[in-house]
Amino acid sequence: MASHVYRRILASRIRGQLAYPGSFTLDVLAQLVGQSVELVVILVLFTQVTTLGGFSAGEVVLIYGLSATAFGLADLGVGQIEELPEHIRTGEFDVLLLRPLAVLPQLLSADVSLKRVGRVGIGLAVLVWSLDARHLDWTPVRVLVAATAPLVGAVILAAIWVATNAVSFWLVDGREVANSFTYGSSFSTSYPITIYGPWLRRVMCFAVPSAFVAYFPALALLGRPDPLGLPEALRWSSPLVALLAVVGSAWVWRSGVRHYQGTGS
Amino acid sequence: MPRVTVGTRLRRRRVTAVADVTLAVASGEAVGLLGPNGAGKSTTIKMLTGVLVPTAGRALVCGLDPVRERRELARRIGVVFGQRSQLWWDLPLVESFDLHAAIHRVPPARYRERLAECVALLDLGGFLATPVRQLSLGQRMRGEVTAALLHSPELLVLDEPTIGLDLASKERLRGFLSAVNARGDLTLVLTTHDLPDVERLCRRVVVIDHGRVLVDDDLAVLRQRFAGNRRLVVELTTPAPPLTGLAGVLDVAVEAQGLRQRLEFDPRVATAAELIARVAQRVELRDVAVDEPSIEDLVRTLYTGQLSPRSTSL
Repeated sequence: MASHVYRRILASRIRGQLAYPGSFTLDVLAQLVGQSVELVVILVLFTQVTTLGGFSAGEVVLIYGLSATAFGLADLGVGQIEELPEHIRTGEFDVLLLRPLAVLPQLLSADVSLKRVGRVGIGLAVLVWSLDARHLDWTPVRVLVAATAPLVGAVILAAIWVATNAVSFWLVDGREVANSFTYGSSFSTSYPITIYGPWLRRVMCFAVPSAFVAYFPALALLGRPDPLGLPEALRWSSPLVALLAVVGSAWVWRSGVRHYQGTGS
Repeated sequence: MPRVTVGTRLRRRRVTAVADVTLAVASGEAVGLLGPNGAGKSTTIKMLTGVLVPTAGRALVCGLDPVRERRELARRIGVVFGQRSQLWWDLPLVESFDLHAAIHRVPPARYRERLAECVALLDLGGFLATPVRQLSLGQRMRGEVTAALLHSPELLVLDEPTIGLDLASKERLRGFLSAVNARGDLTLVLTTHDLPDVERLCRRVVVIDHGRVLVDDDLAVLRQRFAGNRRLVVELTTPAPPLTGLAGVLDVAVEAQGLRQRLEFDPRVATAAELIARVAQRVELRDVAVDEPSIEDLVRTLYTGQLSPRSTSL
């Protein structure tokens, strides 16, 4: 079966990366530090202010924890999608089409980067700590949200990245467009959306649904009112948004592959 | 005289790479697609293998639609792109083969048999454990061809398989491919710049230019139709004066003080056999050889002829 093939491909990738334990450890550490920088920025910010967009330091750290974990998981799962523009530019994409396998899983498994567990690690640590420190009212639904929010968020981010990287099928060098979404999404999900202007907020809620990665699930967990007064249903609808994002992203991807024009020779 | 302007802005232009290529290839055939750069050879190949989606027209390969049934088709054909590697660059060659066999679900016994055969014929034994990125181009191409054959495809498509190879590597690859094709269960379609590839491997030649088929014929027929004269090279035991005055002979070049003579003759007037017999009546022969007109000459004739007036204006 196909899953057996991917297990073998992944195993061979991971073997390669673990072949140099020293450099692997350093890579993981670098990822860990990289992801922590944003946390430091938040903490520094709160030495100057007491609330950010109506949220306390602890609450923003919770949003950050959700966002960082989701980002880390998405990066681990589909981070290789950022190679797509390069594959298209060089024509290496041809090779994926010559194998009797679906193209996207091939691309994602071709260069999985285990060092990205560093990001997931820091995100998860912050998330667990802040969930504990907030003294939340643990209803069964909240437990479910806490357990699934990082995964649901990762699915939303993954769908956004796949769709935005697929722009490269139409633009010769879509990398910049795609990168602004990939790394922009880390930034935009780490803070309460209330700090952004109304126009940007609308984009994040309804066009590129990054508000559903961390902001709305955080409201659900904290059980506090939305400073923006948005309908309460939104904070519970991340899984639905994830589903829609996947459907939309799959459609963009398919159109992109059909539009692929290759390179000379 | 084309007007040349410098510094104008790049404008988006729709280029029709392949306009009108109609081609039917029978099972077991060996067909060579020839043409200059940008003729549409690779684009044709990519449409046949499901890589590119044609904007118009239809292709049927092994009874399948290359776009809608890409994955099924991929199981039944082997593809070698001279300028794209299908191997995993950081894995030892043999592990790339293992993965390839797994992807194509080749039964282990069949895989071992097929691999052993390729290793023997293509002499891969010395570098099976070497990571692909460290292989020479010749070694890598042998690896690519092996990978493309592991799942016993019905059709092997090769896009510039000998590009960049040295003469010995080219010859080895050609020998192998012609042996595999000679067994009769594998159809070969290849594009090349390298005319000896076609001479060695293909009975049928399709010349493509500007996205159209210029010629589609048997190699022998093409030679007859387009190439004019052939050349008979005779080596003599003792020096002799120029062998002039034979029927059909148009020109005689004398080398090595008359020990070697090159007779250019018109094959429509005299066959090589008739000419050799007549030469043998006059002098004592040590060796004879007949130079075939190269396809290079043939293609040049095509391009400079009325068939493609556009290419002469380049």
